[in-house]
Amino acid sequence: MATLEVQGIHSFYGNIEALKGVSLCVNDGEIVTLIGANGAGKSTTLNTICGLVRPRQGTISLDGEVISGLPAHQVVARGVSQAPEGRRIFSRLRVFDNLEMGAFLRKDKDGIASDMERVFELFPRLGERRDQVGGTLSGGEQQMLAIGRALMARPRILLLDEPSMGLAPLLVQEIFSIVQIINAEGTTILLVEQNAHMALSVASRAYVLQSGSVVLEGTSAEVAGNPEVKRAYLGEG
Amino acid sequence: MLKRSLRRGALVGGVLVFIALIGAPAAFAREPVVRGVVTLSQLLLAIGALLAGSGAAPATRTRSTGAVVAAGAIAGAVCMLLLALLALLVSAVDLRQVLVNATPQLVDELTLGRGVVTGSTVLVVLGTVLGALGGWSTRLPAAISRSAVLAGAAVVVVGVLRDKGLAIAEAVALGVAVWAVAYGRSRWGSALATRYQRVQRRNSTMVSIVVWIAGLFILLGLPSILGTYGTSVLDLVGLYVLMGLGLNIVVGYAGLLDLGYVAFFTIGAYVTGLLTSPAASTQLGLSFWIAWPLAMVAAAGAGALLGIPVLRMRGDYLAIVTLGFGEIIRILVLSDTFKSVLGGAQGIIEIPGPSIGSFTMMRPQHFYYLILIGVMIVVFVSRRISDSRVGRAWMAIREDEDVAEATGVNLVKYKLLAFAMGASFSGIGGAIFASWVHSVFPNSFTLLVSINILSLVIVGGIGSIPGVILGAFFLVGLPEVLRSFADFRMITFGALLVAMMIARPEGLWPAKSRRRELHLEVAE
Repeated sequence: MATLEVQGIHSFYGNIEALKGVSLCVNDGEIVTLIGANGAGKSTTLNTICGLVRPRQGTISLDGEVISGLPAHQVVARGVSQAPEGRRIFSRLRVFDNLEMGAFLRKDKDGIASDMERVFELFPRLGERRDQVGGTLSGGEQQMLAIGRALMARPRILLLDEPSMGLAPLLVQEIFSIVQIINAEGTTILLVEQNAHMALSVASRAYVLQSGSVVLEGTSAEVAGNPEVKRAYLGEG
Repeated sequence: MLKRSLRRGALVGGVLVFIALIGAPAAFAREPVVRGVVTLSQLLLAIGALLAGSGAAPATRTRSTGAVVAAGAIAGAVCMLLLALLALLVSAVDLRQVLVNATPQLVDELTLGRGVVTGSTVLVVLGTVLGALGGWSTRLPAAISRSAVLAGAAVVVVGVLRDKGLAIAEAVALGVAVWAVAYGRSRWGSALATRYQRVQRRNSTMVSIVVWIAGLFILLGLPSILGTYGTSVLDLVGLYVLMGLGLNIVVGYAGLLDLGYVAFFTIGAYVTGLLTSPAASTQLGLSFWIAWPLAMVAAAGAGALLGIPVLRMRGDYLAIVTLGFGEIIRILVLSDTFKSVLGGAQGIIEIPGPSIGSFTMMRPQHFYYLILIGVMIVVFVSRRISDSRVGRAWMAIREDEDVAEATGVNLVKYKLLAFAMGASFSGIGGAIFASWVHSVFPNSFTLLVSINILSLVIVGGIGSIPGVILGAFFLVGLPEVLRSFADFRMITFGALLVAMMIARPEGLWPAKSRRRELHLEVAE
């Protein structure tokens, strides 16, 4: 059974159909990536999974339990947590408070403390700046904080929305290598990216989204080998 | 540089001419600050000249002291020249048809009672001297000049407050004392603070107990120091602190802009009136002690009820809807429909004061202690809740609603909780208010009350408990104190507000996160 199973979801913004029957699945321990151009519906897919957008049709299930239709805070409680696009951290709160907010629904103080230590191990720069206000961090550090905050919920599946956005290539490398470490430690990841090159290099499987529909799916190697993908997303041939 | 002096002098002079023509000097002339030496209106002119002089000095330190003094002198002279011209004009031409305040008395006041020609000359000479002094003051170390400003302000405030002004000796003593304290603070303040912290750390419980007990004694003793009038002002301040802390939860902690906050104050007051007044339509005549918790619950319920329709609204939309809600409640209690129950414009009268045994609270001093207890409870609750899980959820909502929801904050629950809690504080305030003034009328609950409460939260420092308390003193206490300015109370008050928001946009005592935010802006 897949960890996350999305079946034919249709999501709307007003009368605009943003998702036209998207289906995908993420198995336990995988990194799966969802690539596509701007406006293809990648973030909408993630927001629908999170419960921030309600699908009009289709179901989403986590470990076999249907979670579509639940409000966002209950979806988090079931183990889905997201590092949102544009690193929306709490900019007036300290790094420490941001991370603490990530664990908002958890009651196990010891577990929270040890997870926080773990986040500081993964991102030593956050540890150095734990009392600094989120808004004063650099772009890369804010992205780290957004990922760290999502990890603090100890999720079954981590949704990453464009972690490379607006970051220098070296930082992108760093973030992606940490994403791989997080995955290696057992967190399942659904990664949304415009940077198809990076995404395909870390993911085991990939979906290509175009105008609200999945147009291609397969292993990363297959997708990367597709001539259309090469032309449109990888800038080759 | 000459241009700058001329411009600054003309600007301040223009403002002074305006103030003169609205009639302030004549009114302020009756207000001695230092007995037999200087009245408020003369002081106003002097302050103008000083400001013109100090403003004329360029911000850079490249100019020599002489040049700065000269610039100040020119600005001061220009400023006073304008007033002298005004005096000449008013004495030569009768302008009273157009400008009712252009009276001989104004001329008298402007020329310091020495006749037009001599007086005008004296005025300009004084302006030059004071302007030069103002210019020179910009070359003093900031610690000295800032403490001097503070000392001057203290003398003026106390002088105005005292019916007949200060005696010379008193004024000098007060000025020197305030200056010394302020100067000492800016010079050695941080060293002292660290030493205090060291002492506090060493035996923290002892120190804080001493501080608390001292504070408590002062609070308990205030009514006997201030007398009846002072205490009733203090009572009003206390009620506004109660409401301010409630609104602070909604606006400061949860970031939900509520412009109709007076509604909950109204509900608290009316519920108390209905339950306790024998003259009310209900004729229940219950005790205040039964009524206030019910008033609180009713206000909290109304808060939650208002919260439901506005759950999905943000920012401006929320503000408009809450504004409407405040007006709806006021119009409802005023309406003919509910006249039989709520009394319409006649309101509810004969609301008894709270009684303990055979003792009934009547005097402001009695209510002071009741309000003090209420404020202390509300301060305690506010403090505890801001450090709690609930407080963190509110802060997350304030920062970013969507992300807060995505981290697991139940928006519905926490928003309603914020509205209900904020409203409940105001409900308590309403209950005490009703029993204090013994009556409730719809006209006591206008939009202005909402605006006042919001202003005091902003002026004090959004999200900060001591800030709200200071803000209440500033916004509610000050207009009372300014009563001696008579008709010019509101314009003086407005000028002070504007000046304050320019000088300290983050509020009098900002919350830590706001302070951080301002640092953030500086860093960028």
